Amino acid sequence: MSPAVDAAEVRRRTRELLAAHPPATTDRTDFLKARFDAGLAWVHYPVGLGGLDAPRSLQQAVDAELAAADAPDNDPRRIGIGLGMAAPTILGFGTDEQKRRFLRPLWVGEEVWCQLFSEPGAGSDLAALATRAVQDETGDWIVDGQKVWTSSAHLARWAILIARTDPDLPKHRGISYFICDMTDPGVEVRPLRQITGEAEFNEVFLTGVRIPDGHRLGPVGEGWKVAQTTLMNERVSIGGSRIPREGGMIGPVAKTWRERPELRTPDTHQRLLTLWVEAEVARLTGERLRQQLVAGQPGPEGSGMKLAFARLNQEISGLEVELLGDEGLLYGDWTMSRPELVDFTGRDAGYRYLRSKGNSIEGGTSEVLLNIVAERVLGLPSEPRNDKDVAWKDLSR
Amino acid sequence: MTAPAQPPATPDLLYSQDEEDLRAAVRALLADRADAPTVIAATESDTPYDQRLWSSLATGIGAAGLLVPEKLGGQGASHREAAVVLEELGRSVAPAPYLTSSVVATETLLALGGEDGPAAALLGELASGARTAVLAVPFATPPAGAAAALTSRDGTVRGVADAAVADVLLVPTAEGLYAVEAADPGVAVQPLVPLDLTRPLAAVTLTGAAGTLLADVDASAAAVRRGLLAGAGLLASEQLGLAEWCLTETVRYTRERHQFNRPVGSFQSLKHRMAQLWLEVVSARAAARNAADALATRSPDAPLAVAVAQAYCSGVAVHAAEECVQLHGGIGMTWEHPAHLYLKRAKADSIAYGTAGRHRQAVAESAELPAP
Repeated sequence: MSPAVDAAEVRRRTRELLAAHPPATTDRTDFLKARFDAGLAWVHYPVGLGGLDAPRSLQQAVDAELAAADAPDNDPRRIGIGLGMAAPTILGFGTDEQKRRFLRPLWVGEEVWCQLFSEPGAGSDLAALATRAVQDETGDWIVDGQKVWTSSAHLARWAILIARTDPDLPKHRGISYFICDMTDPGVEVRPLRQITGEAEFNEVFLTGVRIPDGHRLGPVGEGWKVAQTTLMNERVSIGGSRIPREGGMIGPVAKTWRERPELRTPDTHQRLLTLWVEAEVARLTGERLRQQLVAGQPGPEGSGMKLAFARLNQEISGLEVELLGDEGLLYGDWTMSRPELVDFTGRDAGYRYLRSKGNSIEGGTSEVLLNIVAERVLGLPSEPRNDKDVAWKDLSR
Repeated sequence: MTAPAQPPATPDLLYSQDEEDLRAAVRALLADRADAPTVIAATESDTPYDQRLWSSLATGIGAAGLLVPEKLGGQGASHREAAVVLEELGRSVAPAPYLTSSVVATETLLALGGEDGPAAALLGELASGARTAVLAVPFATPPAGAAAALTSRDGTVRGVADAAVADVLLVPTAEGLYAVEAADPGVAVQPLVPLDLTRPLAAVTLTGAAGTLLADVDASAAAVRRGLLAGAGLLASEQLGLAEWCLTETVRYTRERHQFNRPVGSFQSLKHRMAQLWLEVVSARAAARNAADALATRSPDAPLAVAVAQAYCSGVAVHAAEECVQLHGGIGMTWEHPAHLYLKRAKADSIAYGTAGRHRQAVAESAELPAP
């Protein structure tokens, strides 16, 4: 770590960047590239890869300076999978060449990434995945299989992919991790329509997809270990920021309650108050977690936040539909569409009710998360397992 | 109004190093003097209170004076530190008049203001641990129900917590707030049979008792409300400590207890219940710290922070204690095992200073979510 880099230094460098590339007169992508090259993209990344080898906390100083100068950002929500999952994995396991090739266009947003992990037959039991990668005589890997629940697949240039490279080993040991070119002719992306009527996600069919060995991340057979980095970063990225009181789903229903006295009943009043209290406590729990992180005392509380918000979102939106009565019988629009972002704000209660059903499934089901809390946080013994020392090809499916 | 007021400042929800040091001292004392067999035996004696424990806690550690400014003989600390003491008392369910005397009675006297006079003198005595006082209102009274129970110094107040051990009774009447010596011939303290044996209740009957008028009726009502608000807010920390003990003990037991040739804690149906409880305890900690910090900083958000903490933590403590009994199986139903002490304390706490339902009503008012 370079001792010279402190808050004053990153501020100085940020002002230097702004002076050399005034946001008002600089093309957005050019500005972002210059920011990356100045090491101000993610200051905790290495020098030359968009960072300064500086403490992560200094990023706030950079972001504040840039926001004050109305500088464009890299639209982090649109490229969340690349930033949150692909980048830390490439940084942790990629070769120097891979880091140089992929990180800059990823961060700038020129190349969108998606994640090819889940399969129809491998959801909670992700390590049971069946997509096969076989190395041919040229050293390239030939991939066949089917992936599902892939957001941004239809927009993505690259994918992080895990596939089975040795079916004779137990399931966790025969997996390898690849970077997959989404423009390969063997990649077919089909929208996956959800209960909301929309298709945020895709099914991805892989037929004879060719991946050069240079696009493998980490050693052959160690893909599961590499994937843990990706998934760990996924959970960190969910539920980390400060939210105001009534900032979540409780906001719209509380607003409706205040503005529409004719809808109020004693039963819905009691339920609303109970949920309002729970939402406020969840907000405080998230705030306490944030304060722990800032103080450098990360606790295991994060594992619980997703559980809490999934249940609250479902119960609050369920109450809201009921509270609306006649209007709760209606739905905004069932037309199939392809939203780029999932956003609960500005949507009707029926949509929120249906979409939030996914909150206890996506990114780890609530049941699996409860197991993780029980075993890793509380230290309770795991259930007896019958799949650990069995070759993948001999598992029931 | 379409949105509630945001908290004026971001509360500090963590524990400081000083608070952790205080916790360690209190925990060591309670481990030494109030282990479960000792507490169970004490509840079956004439008086469950351990005077030596109290003087070590109140005077030795100085916990009785945490809320009291130094110039009045206290430690000049705050509700944040008192909350940590209550977490530990909740964890041990040791009988001690801390919540009633060092928090509620003390805060009531503090609300009267003034640096000399009888209230200030009594505060000094409470802060030093030399004497204890309790507010003569039913233990179930919520902060919003702070109206005087008596018209004058005659009549009976039922369900007064820790009255049996108090030296002084603070008696709100229609004439104002009186300090009445418990030893006065006009005072009869009749013990009741409490659900929670670790916090004795009594009926206090005054028959023309002598007393010192501390405040007129308006000042009395405001002071009592503030005393009960602090009590309700810091009770959340006691409930947190209690729930945490129940979870820790249940996890420990189910890891060791074998049935069907495996630890019962390896069954998913049990693990999920304990993981759910963990999430509730983590959330209760945030709610309780928020209430303690709001009280300590005199935040205008304090009434809402306290109502939220009580509306949430009461249920968590009861749930934790109920799960503790159930997941212990048969041993959890015995008198010998301490689980029942926690269940009884948790259930009594869920009524103390107002039920969760009462506090939800307070939330409805503070957050502008009116009833139909």
